Amino acid sequence: MPEQILESYQVKRLDILDEKGTLDDSLAPSLADSELMRMYDLSILARTFDQRAISLQREGRLGTYPSIMGLEASQIGSALAAEESDWLFPTFRESGVYIAKGLPLDMIFQYWAGDERGMKIPDTMNVFPLAIPVGTQIAHAVGTAMAIKYRKDRAAALVYFGDGGSSRGDFHEGLNMAGVFQLPILFLCQNNQWAISVPREHQTASKTIAQKAIAYGFEGIQVDGNDIFAVFKATRAALEKAKKGGGPTLIECFTYRMGDHTTSDDASRYRTKDEIEKWKARDPILRLRLYLEKKGLLKEAYQEEVQARSKAAVDEAQKKAEKAQPPDPRDMFTYSSASLSQRQARQIKDF
Amino acid sequence: MATMNMVQALNLALREEMERDKDVIVLGEDVGKDGGVFRVTEGLYSHFGAERVVDTPLAETGIVGAAVGMAAYGLKPVVEIQFMGFIYAAIDQICSHAARIRARSRGRFTASLVIRTPYGGGVKALEHHSESTEALFCQMPGMKVVVPSSPRIAKGLLHSAIRDPDPVIFLEPTRLYRMIKEDVPEIDYTVPLGKARIVQEGKDVTVVAWGSMLQRTMQSVEGFSAEVIDLMTLSPFDEETVLQSVKKTGRVVIVHEAPSNCGLGAELSATIAEFAMLHLKAPIIRVTSYDVVLPLPKLEDYYLPTVTRIRKAIEMTLQY
Repeated sequence: MPEQILESYQVKRLDILDEKGTLDDSLAPSLADSELMRMYDLSILARTFDQRAISLQREGRLGTYPSIMGLEASQIGSALAAEESDWLFPTFRESGVYIAKGLPLDMIFQYWAGDERGMKIPDTMNVFPLAIPVGTQIAHAVGTAMAIKYRKDRAAALVYFGDGGSSRGDFHEGLNMAGVFQLPILFLCQNNQWAISVPREHQTASKTIAQKAIAYGFEGIQVDGNDIFAVFKATRAALEKAKKGGGPTLIECFTYRMGDHTTSDDASRYRTKDEIEKWKARDPILRLRLYLEKKGLLKEAYQEEVQARSKAAVDEAQKKAEKAQPPDPRDMFTYSSASLSQRQARQIKDF
Repeated sequence: MATMNMVQALNLALREEMERDKDVIVLGEDVGKDGGVFRVTEGLYSHFGAERVVDTPLAETGIVGAAVGMAAYGLKPVVEIQFMGFIYAAIDQICSHAARIRARSRGRFTASLVIRTPYGGGVKALEHHSESTEALFCQMPGMKVVVPSSPRIAKGLLHSAIRDPDPVIFLEPTRLYRMIKEDVPEIDYTVPLGKARIVQEGKDVTVVAWGSMLQRTMQSVEGFSAEVIDLMTLSPFDEETVLQSVKKTGRVVIVHEAPSNCGLGAELSATIAEFAMLHLKAPIIRVTSYDVVLPLPKLEDYYLPTVTRIRKAIEMTLQY
């Protein structure tokens, strides 16, 4: 008997805004000028915050910090595409997501300075505290999507992870379960090419991460992760599809971690200067600026104003975080469980 | 009142909780149409439907992780892990997330969920089907660990576990599932978590046990004036009840089916030594399984604590 082809597949890639700031009008999402400016403002704010965090760590005023430089389009574009009712599950390298969702900057500083109060996400914000164990948040998002579906709420879950995370069993179990139950969820992989020192091609022999979705029975797409419009458009479409009962989507944002893995890392041990230079030209903020300049939306004076405003916001947040009263040691007990055990009741008396 | 075994009592508790609160969701492998491999969830699928009794793919990490996400959204997931020997894949989710989410979100999110799993030996099961690794979970602040010892206790504890605002590991002694039948009130009653119970009062020796070892302990204390404590909640355990009893009797035997090294008996012994040393008339004795790899059924009876070993320990402490 002849062999049959049971399944064949294609992997799509979406590019809208190129490195020179040229837009493909036929693909561009419809965004008001104010929305475009918001993307720009938030990108500058996120980068300003990120650079300050690195400086503060160098001065010993912050703990280890993972830079998001180069990932602003993936993080801000996707977070802005989500509605307030959607639930976001960030990793540890997601300052841009928290900033776009409006978590006060001083809280982000506070967390990275070693104070859990920084991850007490306000009740009005459907965002999980960041997850440090790689990939483990994928299952949480799947569970929340199950709960959303059970309650018939109009919402979707959006979970972030990276190319390294896609190698973990959590990725398989989570995507598999989402496919089986046709859950309202978006899996957003920021493929930033490096999991600390291990390059993308050592994480998987697949040509793309996007194509892994096909094995789980749903759609996967690769987008230019340094193109905020491509990220925004694909994310918005996937979340809308999810909320209409269309099931999960995997988006691979093809991007690059321009900084070290964290402030404790030295990427020059494993990456070449040429590679970094190549990606600098693809900087997500650079191309957004070029586009907005061409469009006449971004005058030099305004650029200076945004820089100054971002610096002032970061200054103020830093001041607020550093001036905050130290946490009460009794908080260790208060938040471990709803009520104190006999032993905890004895131990808390030490404070 | 109806006479039932532990499987039936647990099933009734689940059914009542699901009737009471539509946020209670059961999920796990084979919990739906099959009713669970031990039939604890029997009939729930046909009564409550696939939306509330969810047959999941075979993925322990994913199941427990999903339960964390469900609980954060406000549901009350009751997870079944088919055997304790398979729970290890989910330890990352239990330890790194379920136990910690309240603390790391400063109370914004909680993981009010239950992870039920059959545990322990004595049923001639396959490899990896007879584990008793409760102490692993007792080392995780934020988690509660609960073990019932009879049908009536099992129902009351499961009600409490499901209503608890924090995550609970609920270990069901496989050996007791169908061994004991007793009258179980068909009304809503709870057995509080964090409290031990004195099964019988005595004046010469305190014997602490839980799960299927309680039953074996009860067979061992005949002829002694032994105060028998069923710990029920292993973490956080009821220090007051244990210490009070030890101060009265001055002698202690601890029985558990996990190996002795770093088992819960070690923690109990240390607590007793720390707070009741001067009341002791004899060294504390632990009767545990041996510190060896859990054997297959042919050697299982040599591995687990026996009535003979428990009686010998009691005699030793009395004669000291």
